[in-house]
Amino acid sequence: MNALAAYVTKPFKLLRSEIFVLPWRTAVLLVCLLLLLFPVISREPFILRVLILASIFAVFAASWDLLSGFTGQINFGHALFFGVAAYTAAILNRDLGWAPWATIPLGALAAVLAGLVVGIPCLRLRGTYLAFATLAFPLILLGVVYANPGGMTEGELGIYGIASLSESRVVSYYVAIPSMIALGFVMWKITDSKIGLIFHAIREDEVTARASGVNTTRYKLLAFCLSGLIAGIAGGLYAHFLKGVGPSTLELLLSFQVIIWAVFGGIATILGPMAGVLILYPFTEFVLIRYLGGLSDSSSPIITFLTELSQARLLVFACLVLLVLLFMPQGLITWLRDKTEKVCPRCKLQNVAWRRKCRVCTAELD
Amino acid sequence: MAENIIVYGLVASGVYALLAVGFSLIFGVARIANLSHTAFYMLAAYLIYSLTRSAGLNIYVSIILAIVIVTVVGTMSYRLLIIRVRQHQATTLIVTIAMAVIIQEAILKGFGGQPQSVPKMISGSREIFGVTVLNQQLLTLGVVILLLVATWAFLMKTKSGVAIRATAQDREVANLMGIDVPRMEMLTMAVSVGLAAIAGALVAPLFVLTPGMWAHPLVMILAIVVLGGLGSLKGSLIGALVLGFAENVVVFWWEEGAYLKTSVALAVMLVVILIKPEGLFGVVFEEERG
Repeated sequence: MNALAAYVTKPFKLLRSEIFVLPWRTAVLLVCLLLLLFPVISREPFILRVLILASIFAVFAASWDLLSGFTGQINFGHALFFGVAAYTAAILNRDLGWAPWATIPLGALAAVLAGLVVGIPCLRLRGTYLAFATLAFPLILLGVVYANPGGMTEGELGIYGIASLSESRVVSYYVAIPSMIALGFVMWKITDSKIGLIFHAIREDEVTARASGVNTTRYKLLAFCLSGLIAGIAGGLYAHFLKGVGPSTLELLLSFQVIIWAVFGGIATILGPMAGVLILYPFTEFVLIRYLGGLSDSSSPIITFLTELSQARLLVFACLVLLVLLFMPQGLITWLRDKTEKVCPRCKLQNVAWRRKCRVCTAELD
Repeated sequence: MAENIIVYGLVASGVYALLAVGFSLIFGVARIANLSHTAFYMLAAYLIYSLTRSAGLNIYVSIILAIVIVTVVGTMSYRLLIIRVRQHQATTLIVTIAMAVIIQEAILKGFGGQPQSVPKMISGSREIFGVTVLNQQLLTLGVVILLLVATWAFLMKTKSGVAIRATAQDREVANLMGIDVPRMEMLTMAVSVGLAAIAGALVAPLFVLTPGMWAHPLVMILAIVVLGGLGSLKGSLIGALVLGFAENVVVFWWEEGAYLKTSVALAVMLVVILIKPEGLFGVVFEEERG
């Protein structure tokens, strides 16, 4: 009986000792619950669509962070993984008629292969060289796609009319959001593990990491593959959600966009890039297009101004990112976390900023 | 066909060389990868367009005005924006991308998305060894060569040039030798943006202007500086020649060349760095640790 009671109370104890002790963990839990329960409040297709796309891009941005934020291998061509997986999934579905549950993992595997193709030549490069060289891969592929209008990838038009994730948007929503939460958790666990520690060490000082007996080449390749895998899952979901894929999944803009989202949220946190997407993507979609755009018939000068603002959405987006980064150069989430948390000087655990003593070892916090 | 490749290849290489040298300079001195570099080039071209068309100024006056305005805007953006975030490498990248996007959107709002063109500075064409060359193309080439020589002389022969090179080699030691490092960085930024603005002035009469015209040269100059070696002026020049010609050979030889020109140029870059990871003339920077 006691054992049973222990099993029942264990989750609650975990909740209290691991999640409610830190404000950002509580916030993450609340946001996850809110997202999961959202269709109860509203099932409007447009809002669900924006949230689904945001969750897909959140996974994509977090995968960039795993490679570039944690391991320090700044990747300017992250759209490669997304695009390769999306095209692979779409082609498998169109030509072989396979269902999304088969094509998405296979697309992700194709992205892993792409990760190897990029990783192996680029491992000899460092820092800025690596960043500029990775830029080349998606653009080379983009040129090939454009140059073959009648080929497998259908050139500029892209592949359309493949199977949807699900006929019902709510079901698609319940595929995308739990995938995001699960993949985010997996990535966070990876960065928290020994592998994550090695990734971190490679970013801070690769020579020292190698001197400590770490085969840094192997770990960098692992980072490319893991990041490719997760970005690939996002790419496959994207293709099947939109029932198609076009050259925009390989473009320079997407590669830059993912870096903007990630840096806006704060790199090397996993949570930061996801939060960055979940804030910025719905912001640009809803606030500017839907609500401000919908008010255009009113004659008030403020509304007119806001309507003009919604037309210049990329401009607003860039200015917003610029302003936030000028005041919080490390990104929004990192800045918020630094304001609300202190690290215990003795056991290096995170504590709420307003605690006087560490929650575990009771050392004085300064 | 071969003559077309040579003429267009040389013009494209010259413009890329000017852009790449400027980009490479500010990267070498201040370690700032300025992704808005080609946005300033576009801004200069559009300013010339608006000054000649809307304000009705003489083309030469508007070119000089445009170069001055763009240099001031670029230096101010460095002073007000980039300098505040430069310790964070990733943030610097995003801030410069954001600046490029802001310039692009501002141009889109001001001039619309349709292609525009600027009158040529000198009209007509002439025959050289049986090849018809536009006078404007000859002028572009001449100015490019003149500017590259001038930049080289500035860096090698003048006191400021020596100070800039010293700062690029080692900030701390340059500082200890009494060089005003922040001032040198400002100066380098001004020279770099100035070169971009002149490149913009040179292409304005040759190419059509669109608000998206900054993306392709940006990709090309990133490839060029990697190919030639970051921080090497000679490398930037040779990289520009290699990729400028690679692009034009593809365009004139293949039917689908226009789509594949970037792919082929980038593939050439990848092959070179596979063989020589530090680029053709790469200066191996002492990685700044800690």
